[in-house]
Amino acid sequence: MSKLYYSATHEYANVEGNIAFVGITDYAQHQLGNVVYVDMPEEGDEVTAGEEFGAVESVKAASDLISPVTGIVLEVNEALEENPRLVNEDPMANWIIKVEITDPASLEQLMDKEAYDKMIAE
Amino acid sequence: MPHHYFPHTPEDVAEMLRRCGVGSLADLYADVPEELRMTKDYCLPEPKSEPEIREYFKHLASANKQLTCFAGAGYYNHYTPAVISHITGRSEFLTAYTPYQPEISQGTLQYIFEYQSMMAELTGMDVSNASMYDGATATAEAVMMAVAAARKRNRVLVSATLNPAVRKVVDTYARYHGVRIDTIPACEGVTSLSDLEKMLADGDVAGVVLAEPNFYGIVEDWTDVAEMCHKAKALLIVNAIPSDLAMLRSPGEWGADIAVGDAQSLGMPLSSGGPYLGYICTTKALIRKLPGRIVGATTDADGRRTFVLTLQAREQHIRRDKATSNICSNQGLMALHTAIYLSVLGPEGLREVCGKSYAGAHELASRLEATGRMKLAYPAQPFCNEFLMHTDFPVDELIAQGVAMGLLPGVKVADDAILIAVTELNTSAQMDTFVELVNRLPK
Amino acid sequence: MNSTYYGRLIFELSKEGRRGCSLPDTGVKGDYAPLPDNLLRTKTPALPRVDEPTLVRHYHNMSANNFGVDSGFYPLGSCTMKYNPKINEEVAALEGFTAVHPLQPDYASQGSLEAYYTLCRALAEIGGMSEFTLNPFAGAHGELTGLMVIRAYHQSRGDDKRRVVIVPDSAHGTNPASAAVAGLKVVEVKSRPDGTLDVEALRPLLNDEVAAVMMTNPNTLGIFETDIPEIAKAVHEAGALMYYDGANLNPLLGVARPGDMGFDVMHINLHKTFSTPHGGGGPGSGPVGVRKGLEQFLPNPRVVRNADGTFSLTDTDTALGSVSATLGNFAVQLKALAYILTLGASGLMEAGSLATLNANYIKESLKDKYLLPIEGVCKHEFVFDGLADKSTGVTTLNIAKRLLDYGYHAPTIYFPLLFHESLMIEPTETESKETLDQFIDTMCTIADEAASDPDMVKAAPHTTPVRRPDDTQAALTPKVTYSDLIADADA
Repeated sequence: MSKLYYSATHEYANVEGNIAFVGITDYAQHQLGNVVYVDMPEEGDEVTAGEEFGAVESVKAASDLISPVTGIVLEVNEALEENPRLVNEDPMANWIIKVEITDPASLEQLMDKEAYDKMIAE
Repeated sequence: MPHHYFPHTPEDVAEMLRRCGVGSLADLYADVPEELRMTKDYCLPEPKSEPEIREYFKHLASANKQLTCFAGAGYYNHYTPAVISHITGRSEFLTAYTPYQPEISQGTLQYIFEYQSMMAELTGMDVSNASMYDGATATAEAVMMAVAAARKRNRVLVSATLNPAVRKVVDTYARYHGVRIDTIPACEGVTSLSDLEKMLADGDVAGVVLAEPNFYGIVEDWTDVAEMCHKAKALLIVNAIPSDLAMLRSPGEWGADIAVGDAQSLGMPLSSGGPYLGYICTTKALIRKLPGRIVGATTDADGRRTFVLTLQAREQHIRRDKATSNICSNQGLMALHTAIYLSVLGPEGLREVCGKSYAGAHELASRLEATGRMKLAYPAQPFCNEFLMHTDFPVDELIAQGVAMGLLPGVKVADDAILIAVTELNTSAQMDTFVELVNRLPK
Repeated sequence: MNSTYYGRLIFELSKEGRRGCSLPDTGVKGDYAPLPDNLLRTKTPALPRVDEPTLVRHYHNMSANNFGVDSGFYPLGSCTMKYNPKINEEVAALEGFTAVHPLQPDYASQGSLEAYYTLCRALAEIGGMSEFTLNPFAGAHGELTGLMVIRAYHQSRGDDKRRVVIVPDSAHGTNPASAAVAGLKVVEVKSRPDGTLDVEALRPLLNDEVAAVMMTNPNTLGIFETDIPEIAKAVHEAGALMYYDGANLNPLLGVARPGDMGFDVMHINLHKTFSTPHGGGGPGSGPVGVRKGLEQFLPNPRVVRNADGTFSLTDTDTALGSVSATLGNFAVQLKALAYILTLGASGLMEAGSLATLNANYIKESLKDKYLLPIEGVCKHEFVFDGLADKSTGVTTLNIAKRLLDYGYHAPTIYFPLLFHESLMIEPTETESKETLDQFIDTMCTIADEAASDPDMVKAAPHTTPVRRPDDTQAALTPKVTYSDLIADADA
């Protein structure tokens, strides 16, 4: 059973055991518009909760990707290199990085779906 | 009478003030606190008429000595074809702003696209940006780009054979930006590759900067160097003199990740230091780390080929403090100069310029050696159109005597060492004068 | 314009066997051994092969697809697109300047050094500063140099913990980028609704980590910062310096000097205030001036005047370092000097207020049709927040594009970010009342069109050499060289 966590900077972490699939929320992709590039880390890189790990670019905007979790990058979604617009089509299915969580405590700072929905409604 | 650059008649001013509901021009500044207002006119001369301006500048220009040029050190006296200033002087190009409105800026956008294509070809790289300021700042930007691409490593190795004027700018940027620069020692006028290998092994290296030809005019052999850098995850940055690339193995062919330098050698007037143009080219993989503007091709609403500024999300106005660079503009018109120069010359013309310069340099070097007063500093090393010589007389003396005869013999590197450059504009007769000058110096 | 034939790239006009140049016979007869094979390039660069007439027609026709200040009115806010006098071009092209090697000894390049020095002194007088460097190549480069001066100053006092630069939230994105390059960090201070800096909002941010406060005056909305003496006092008391972004210096000509307002360091864009052409993006020039006591931090090399009236190039150890290998974009400096000497003291005294008059005239004439968020007298520029009538759905972008159809360059759009539909207009002093009247008429016509035929306005431009380009396609699959185009056609 996976559980969804959200950050205030509009990333999600879809967590199963000690594995997190990290991407941007549907709200974030809407705000950005057509995504033309996703700048991703490399496999084996360390990511830290609250710190930048890449960026998403649309034609006239760019947004840093802030990691919601602390851990090691197991995989990057290579499909996004060829077709970054997948992020617009289905941001949940098209996660950006797969992370092995090394500090589960980092999850405690995140929101659940209800809290996140409330935040974006404001 | 109003000044001839201002179209306003007194009646115009009065009528416009009425529309604005303001009593006088001074009242437009009623909000400026009294203590901040100027109380007297600028302490500057009164207006000059156009003939007076022309005379003033002719007089200033005549205070510069017009010399037969054998000086180089990064700036070369190549020929500037007449068509270039004719076209760059067209006010549609000259008086346009940055091409933010592509529909009425296709002229600028297209020449930048052509420029990018030509520089990528010449350097053997995949992509170029729309140009940087000069070769020194472009090299500093390449260093910052390597550090940005490396994410966490922030040490850059720079060969001791890089032009010291470029090095000063690299050092300045690096110091403020928090990049550590280490010098790769030189041996016999070329980068010590064994030292490079050792320094790479120490780790933390984001990039390696080498020069082609190097400051002494020497063409270094970098067989396996790119591999060595890449094994250490460092980017290879080659600072190259583009005119010489007609002949020399291109940075791309050496396996460089970034080619950078000053395009002055592509027929730009020496002009007391500028404007020149800094170029920076890289691989497809690094395009998003490339600073500055980039023009790309797309289609318009009617499906026609159209050029636009693209990948703007990398740039300072969007990425703010996350941008690789703070550069906004480029050297616009000088990119047009470059595109025209390379079109006028073509591959054969450029090769001919390079060949004549090469032959002239080797001719002059041997004739100067034959005087018995000067010796090549690195006789075993291959050079292109520039070379370093030791003298048995003070270099200052040679330059002073030369200037008095209307000839600039080169650039002083030490009291007994001078860097001499030859281009297609240096004739055999000029070399006779040079040799005579050396022979006349007291022993 | 941009027809299929003339719209071709120079590469598409290339033909083996053609050439566009003739080179001299140097008379060198020696036969020298070539370089070793492994130092030679193997692939001939695919540069175009064209004859001279083909080349000239190609670029001539390309120029017809461009719009410059000489083509028409260019009300681009914050860019000061004034007329570029022709005598400036002529004197900058004198062979006595263009043939001078940058490393030619001082005694053989006195004319160039004197020109540089004379312009420095004139800018110091106009800026109210002690000394200038002309080495920075552009405004952003000047900004970076100025920030380095500030860091060098603090470091010289043994204080390197000052790493924060405070800028108003209306500032341009270049400010944070320049700060980052200089190893500094930007903190934004919220401005008042009219974009001016609130000294009370600033005070809590001032501490011993602040290196400088960076401002432009008048600000991006064309409003004069009247609290500047109080702001300068607070900043100096906190041990920080005041930085003046010279982007908006033009309206202050003849009125006030940044140095007298308490600014310590400033840059000037010669391609704005001092009429040098923008050249489609450069070469520009961004001289940096400092008040008394900061001269020693200016970058190397510097030009000094000796006791005997001659000029020399010098390097100092106290300098921040070097930001250029040479004296900057020298030919651009000559053009600015020619402009200053042509206008002279009395002409320069007039320029600022005429620029301000022109801006106010447009503002007052259009404020019924366009939404004017900040009432009152502006300086050189002002901002409309789109059309007054928001019901048509016609945006600032649509208006800008429609202006192109009428033969005008567009104003600056969507900047500053303080309003959603920013349309920033700066006419400069070199536009006549007739030109402004025509522009005002056109703007009124567009406002009427927005009401009567909004779809037509939204689809603009209609008559330009090309129509709206597909930016997304350009960014998604970047094609940035001719080889990319060929590869794309083959695929």
